Amino acid sequence: MADELTRRTAAELAALVAAGEVSAVQVARAHLDRIAAVDDRVHAFLHVDRDGALAAAAAVDARRAAGEPPASPLAGVPLALKDVIVTQAVPTTCGSKILQGWLPPYDATVTARLKAAGVMILGKTNMDEFAMGSSTENSAYGPSHNPWDLSRVPGGSSGGSSAAVAAFQAPLGIGTDTGGSIRQPAAVCGLVGHKPTYGGVSRYGLVAFSSSLDQAGPLGRTVLDAALLHQVIGGHDPADSTSIDAPVPALAEAARAGARGDLAGLRVGVVRELGGEGYQPGVEAAAREAVATLEKLGAAAHEVSCPSFRYALPAYYLIAPSECSSNLARFDAVRYGLRVGDDGVRVLEEVMALTRDAGFGPEVKRRIILGTYALSAGYYEAYYGQAQKVRTLISRDFAAAWRSADVLVSPATPTVAFGLGERVDDPMAMYAADLCTLPASLAGVPAISVPCGLSDGLPVGLQVMAPALADDRCYRVAAALEATAGHPLIDEVPPL
Amino acid sequence: MPDDRPGPARAGGAGITRDEVAHLARLARLAVTEQELDVFAGQLDVILAAVARVQEVAAADIPPTSHAVPLTNVMRPDEVGPCLDRAAVLAAAPAAEDGRFRVPRILDEEV
Repeated sequence: MADELTRRTAAELAALVAAGEVSAVQVARAHLDRIAAVDDRVHAFLHVDRDGALAAAAAVDARRAAGEPPASPLAGVPLALKDVIVTQAVPTTCGSKILQGWLPPYDATVTARLKAAGVMILGKTNMDEFAMGSSTENSAYGPSHNPWDLSRVPGGSSGGSSAAVAAFQAPLGIGTDTGGSIRQPAAVCGLVGHKPTYGGVSRYGLVAFSSSLDQAGPLGRTVLDAALLHQVIGGHDPADSTSIDAPVPALAEAARAGARGDLAGLRVGVVRELGGEGYQPGVEAAAREAVATLEKLGAAAHEVSCPSFRYALPAYYLIAPSECSSNLARFDAVRYGLRVGDDGVRVLEEVMALTRDAGFGPEVKRRIILGTYALSAGYYEAYYGQAQKVRTLISRDFAAAWRSADVLVSPATPTVAFGLGERVDDPMAMYAADLCTLPASLAGVPAISVPCGLSDGLPVGLQVMAPALADDRCYRVAAALEATAGHPLIDEVPPL
Repeated sequence: MPDDRPGPARAGGAGITRDEVAHLARLARLAVTEQELDVFAGQLDVILAAVARVQEVAAADIPPTSHAVPLTNVMRPDEVGPCLDRAAVLAAAPAAEDGRFRVPRILDEEV
């Protein structure tokens, strides 16, 4: 029974719990057992909150026993939460030594909404340190492993959440996406992952990496599951002044409509610049086949050119490090986290510097230094200022593209999951994993990655981008593609 | 500092030097080791050359974008509300005393 429960989708589990066919506690136990059975090999979790998950499950069951309706369409469903999102009294490390052992004094809005929805948070998942990376190899606690091939990366920075969902440790995961950190791991793990329109999900309690880019979003094995989760966490939050004051669109409805398979009238733009050199032929072939499938469903595809997209990578690797150099200044050994070298003689500045050198990993240090350079007097205009202008041009390319296309598509990432250790010594090679995802991040538009097949036995994701606030379009198209495959790609993952 | 190495042309002169990296690390309050300086200088040089490509784009009269959402001056009502629980916050601090964060001294003895 437990094995069956862990193979179910979130929608199915919620229905079973609502119907009283299984208790939320049974669901929680089944998934906690699964974590215990396989996480020694997958290493998805940094902290498992067994007591918290069971208590939340008991509350769902008590509510049902009292005759009350479910708190949400996901009541009784377990979830893996990326460790960059604060959880009151539950360890939150952001994958860094500098926050080892830190217990947040409050819940993020995302956390609070999950709890209010009756979702059981099983634990906090592994990630590249402070969300900087594409493989979880920048985690201070060791990498996670891709359930499709344990010698390969699960992607990053939301690699832990992705590995957890792909290993059937949870049907749902929360990731965060700054330059592709939901979409790329989703693609290489055979999952659905969506980056909401910027401002669509509250950043209150999401430890900031790059504030103008960060977005929390859903990971699931099916499009419908991701849509249901997005509806739970999304929407305006007065505590986040960058959150959009508009209701969340009917995303689950869009997913269901898409699954009916009629895309007549949809104009699909295939982005020329998101392909070619550096892209594996198998990945491009799978993406092309996916576009052909969309056409069979009634869509009309044509090529669009977005010339500024070629500058998305350099622009991002100026903007994000600059913002991070500012955001990570708060880790100063004063109010929280690590303090090193405080011997009663050293002055504060020295203690700060020693602490930060001891507490941050190399990628974080590189980006802080790069950001400091790009923002410093004499260099600001040529680097950060120029990158901001490139950002405007990228937004303009999107705007022009929307005149002839309702959605834009590309591979979600140029390659299938690469091997652990393969790119750790070459930062630029690691950054290349973000080539496809960066433009949508910079422009703040919604983008989903949906499985579109295998290449050499490893998953490939198709990225579907839509205009700002049109997240429903992403879910609709993704659901249409998913329905043609007959079953979620993840069903083909080899057993662990 | 003259740059005799072959490589892509860099706007603003030579690529990033070891000394510059050390200076930036000091600005960012990062006590990088000598070993780290060696590694980072080389890596950052390569990264900087790559990101400098933004300068290839002719953007003289393009306005910069700082954030993608068209939101400005988002305000909340001027109402007093609850703050974080002081005890919980101080319990998570590296050092606390008398209901406050205890920090190392700020000024040098010689002042």
